[in-house]
Amino acid sequence: MTQPDNAAIAIECRDVIKDFGSGNAKQRVLHGIDLDIPIGATTFLVGPSGCGKTTLISIIAGLLTATSGSVRILGQEITKMRGGRVVRFRANNLGFIFQQFNLLPSLNAVENAAVSLVVRGSTLASAKRQAGVLLDRLGMEKNKWKYPNQLSGGQQQRVAIARALVHNPRIVISDEPTASLDAETGHEVMELLREVASGVDRAVVVVTHDNRIFPFADYIATMSDGRIHTFQKNSTNLSPNEISTDQR
Amino acid sequence: MFSIAMKMLFHDRAKFVGLVLGVAFSTLLINQQLGIFIGLISRAGAVVVDVPEADIWVMDPGVKNLDTIFPLRDTELGRVRGVPGVAWAVPLFKSNVTIRTGNGELEASLLIGVDDTTLIGLPPQILMGNIDDLRRPDAVAVSEEGFRKVWRGQPISLGNVAELNDRRAVVVAIVKDSPKFTSSITFFTRYSQALQYTNNGRNQMSFIVAKAAGDQTPEAVSANITARTGLKAMSSPAFRWKAIEYVIQNTGIPISIGTVVALGILVGIAVVGLMFNLFVLENLKQFAVLKAIGTSNLRLIGMVFLQAAVVGFVGFSVGLFGATMFFETAGKSPTFQGFFLPWYVAAGSGAVAAAIIVLAALFAMRRVLFVDPAIVFRG
Repeated sequence: MTQPDNAAIAIECRDVIKDFGSGNAKQRVLHGIDLDIPIGATTFLVGPSGCGKTTLISIIAGLLTATSGSVRILGQEITKMRGGRVVRFRANNLGFIFQQFNLLPSLNAVENAAVSLVVRGSTLASAKRQAGVLLDRLGMEKNKWKYPNQLSGGQQQRVAIARALVHNPRIVISDEPTASLDAETGHEVMELLREVASGVDRAVVVVTHDNRIFPFADYIATMSDGRIHTFQKNSTNLSPNEISTDQR
Repeated sequence: MFSIAMKMLFHDRAKFVGLVLGVAFSTLLINQQLGIFIGLISRAGAVVVDVPEADIWVMDPGVKNLDTIFPLRDTELGRVRGVPGVAWAVPLFKSNVTIRTGNGELEASLLIGVDDTTLIGLPPQILMGNIDDLRRPDAVAVSEEGFRKVWRGQPISLGNVAELNDRRAVVVAIVKDSPKFTSSITFFTRYSQALQYTNNGRNQMSFIVAKAAGDQTPEAVSANITARTGLKAMSSPAFRWKAIEYVIQNTGIPISIGTVVALGILVGIAVVGLMFNLFVLENLKQFAVLKAIGTSNLRLIGMVFLQAAVVGFVGFSVGLFGATMFFETAGKSPTFQGFFLPWYVAAGSGAVAAAIIVLAALFAMRRVLFVDPAIVFRG
């Protein structure tokens, strides 16, 4: 089992197996994953393409059903939740940041950021007020009325971060948040994510194979061939202002 | 979520306009064609409508419609008047005559001869002139549309002289009648005068129109008349419907218009169904994102149905407005009198538009329902 020392656990994976296909075409993508992700830290899930990272976070997020095994998030077993319960759990406890940002092109920045609140039942007007405050904190004061196609990649990712955080989720799941960004913007985004997301009571999971951002990790889990190989505290962990220009 | 659904719908304006036009086109086609159809077949019973005082029509047993008439003997009028339950009965003459127009051309015209004494059989709306002048020799009333056709370009006035079957006819009144199926020119005159214009000898009574006594139904009195005289007698609505039925059963009009209406519905389903499906398909990733961040399937279905309902409502409104404008504009043309958009056609087309939209939404909803939210993690 791979777990951090003496830390409270946000996500607990036990013997998670995932198969795709059936019969002769059956392919095992996850081979009994055991993983504990701590609260109050940023955990990176790294590994080569096709090693099962995205499948694992999809199962953690309740978007995909595991073939067997269990995943407990904040003490609740998400793998046993069905239908509306898992949807409500996601809406209340999880925030998502995607590689392709996945902003809704028909909504402006503040409306996009407000979506997570609207999903939980807020009116669009009140959600926009809250989202606007968060976007201001993320340096988007001048751009919050713009539509996604009018924003740069970095600005779009800030909006995506705002959408992931506006409803104050306990867990933030981020898939390749810097893959579509240049190095400098990628660092800016990671600084923001670390600053805003890794509060005392919150856990951040980042799937990446962008080693330029490894210094932002508190813990790094390495995966290959559907297995967790190592889980360790990040020795190169730096505070944002310690990251040199070279690293950027 | 519904405001987000609306923003998604309006974002791609070209597609929204395409969807709206699909529904609008279908609605327009259904309303325009069915309006014309109903206007057209209603003309078959126009002569009945123009005699609102009578509620019973008596005719030869072989008569099937208003255009194929076998004259009754003059003595039949007395027999009908003697049937219990008949309040009154008067003769009505109906025949086609040839008229020479103001510029010398010949036109087919309808001649209606009404009761000499009561003048029952005239349309209720007199636009110009005194109807009592019809009692003068050679006096005729002419329909407004007929006047315009016979005396083209002339302002509507009294005193014009026409030739009906080479006999002099002086216009003493202009009336508003119901548009007829066969001719747009109708002359009205006294029964005795009408016989002179046609000059076909005795037994020229086309119909006897009668009224049931206050305590009796037209249907019961009609049955009485048939039993006692051997003539066919029908209530006004029944005879009007029989005339309409004859047109429906013996012309290609229902098939022709029915085909166009069916095509309108099919095109509506095909265009709206495919375009709405395409719209949902293009927005599938957005629906997946909403699903991933915690939107329930029920809410997503609600969003899809709301989008479809808005498309349907706007499209139906545009189509109905177009159809109304068509009948308003075309209705001003003299040759297009009597065509209108009945409320039940509009309501029916609304039901068809709703059905098209529900089908399109159901078709598209499947995609939203089964979209894998995990696709949000795929690049």
